[in-house]
Amino acid sequence: MLLQQLINGVALGSVYALIALGYTMVYGIITLINFAHGEIFMVGAFVGLLAVSKYNVNVFVAMAVAMVASMIIGVVIELIAYRPLRKSSRLSALISAIGVSIFLSSLALMVFGADAKAFPSTAFPVRQIKIGEAEISSLQLLIIGISALLMLGLEFIVKKTKIGKAMRATSEDYNTAALMGINVNRVISFTFALGSALAAAGGVLVGVLFNAVSFNMGLMAGLKAFAAAVLGGIGSIPGAMLGGLMLGITEVLGVAAGFSSYRDAIAFAILVLVLLVKPTGLLGRKIQKKV
Amino acid sequence: MLKVENLTVNYGAIKALKNISCEVHQGEIVALIGANGAGKTTILNSISGILPIDSGKISFSGTDITKTPPHEIVKMGICQVPEGRRVFANMSVHENLEMGGYSVKDKAAVNAGIERAFTLFPRLKERSKQLAKTLSGGEQQMLAMGRALMSSPKLILLDEPSMGLAPMLVEKIFEIIVDINKSGTTIMLVEQNAHMALSIANRAYVLETGEVVLSGIAKDLAEDPEVRKAYLGE
Repeated sequence: MLLQQLINGVALGSVYALIALGYTMVYGIITLINFAHGEIFMVGAFVGLLAVSKYNVNVFVAMAVAMVASMIIGVVIELIAYRPLRKSSRLSALISAIGVSIFLSSLALMVFGADAKAFPSTAFPVRQIKIGEAEISSLQLLIIGISALLMLGLEFIVKKTKIGKAMRATSEDYNTAALMGINVNRVISFTFALGSALAAAGGVLVGVLFNAVSFNMGLMAGLKAFAAAVLGGIGSIPGAMLGGLMLGITEVLGVAAGFSSYRDAIAFAILVLVLLVKPTGLLGRKIQKKV
Repeated sequence: MLKVENLTVNYGAIKALKNISCEVHQGEIVALIGANGAGKTTILNSISGILPIDSGKISFSGTDITKTPPHEIVKMGICQVPEGRRVFANMSVHENLEMGGYSVKDKAAVNAGIERAFTLFPRLKERSKQLAKTLSGGEQQMLAMGRALMSSPKLILLDEPSMGLAPMLVEKIFEIIVDINKSGTTIMLVEQNAHMALSIANRAYVLETGEVVLSGIAKDLAEDPEVRKAYLGE
């Protein structure tokens, strides 16, 4: 029974982790909570749904298409809504982010309507696989597998590639990165592209998992992923992964323990608790004031 | 080589630099000395392009770089070693050097640059895999200098290389600065340690609250009674 809940929790938590990574990477570099990030997740889900239902492609192709589309949207959002405000107060950029978030969900409401859309049942064949007492569905396996793969890919990019190292350098010290010849604007665009692609992948996975894609799905998922990022320590990439998984597991265990009506409250209770007790999160760095 | 003309920079209502003009010729070591808050770092950051300037003109080898973004300025051959060293603390020594060579496209050239830095600073080679935050202050200064050399700059802007270092290390760092200069790199040096700075510089500018109050041959300035009184503690 516990094993079953853990499997469910890890599957859900993987998706939270995918979305949380986008929050944490963007925050790490420009100290902005990108409140439009949840909506990018939603747009990704819709693009995936369109690809599957209109063009009959399989889930993997749909996910790739959604990731590319969201990358472009993420980069464009940064370009027109955040970059012009780079030198203004942080609050201005935050308000701009909320504006973009409202814009995107309203746009989706206009285009796709208010009811949730479902993936065709043929999109991904679901089978149950027995592991001892517990069961894992092929869908859960898909989610865990894809998420793990994407996170390994991200880890590789950040640790080993030139642009990934530049991301870390810029996130540590923006001005010094510029002094070293790093084009920080390009690094920022790249960060938005990466984060948006991960969110889109999460969007398609959630759409298939719950068999529902709707204009407002980004709100709750985005807020919970934000809570996960804060739990792990905002700005920390491993933190976002850990925070996502912990949040997913806690939520599922909470529901299993009979608190199903408080399902969404669990994430926010954790958020408040972290902010009160350890604002830097589990793996976050202490914020040093630069002299 | 580098020419700064009538540079004015304001931080809000505070005038950080008022009509500063200075020049660095090819092959020189030029020192900027002055008290804390005189505007020395502001000049370097304006040259590097990370600070918006209010008026004035900066040109490098005849090209106007006043509005050039910082990464382009590095490509043109100006690199800064910032105040407080600013190594990337959570990256390894090797990765820090790689970042210094970010503008270098050729991977073999980057590796050659890293080898060069290791020859110049053998300590860095020993600590190649360590995170930069585990280095001592002196080692961090070496890393910051090695990192700046990675882009093979024509002009290095050094901001307070002696800050927070033991006197013996300061001597060592200044010897290395002279070596770097001898191998053909022009140097602009900002220092509070006026004594050390004047001992290695060809020319110097003395700054007070955002203005150049004195300038000339370093040796002459070191003997100027005003300078001796105000900056050399006599």
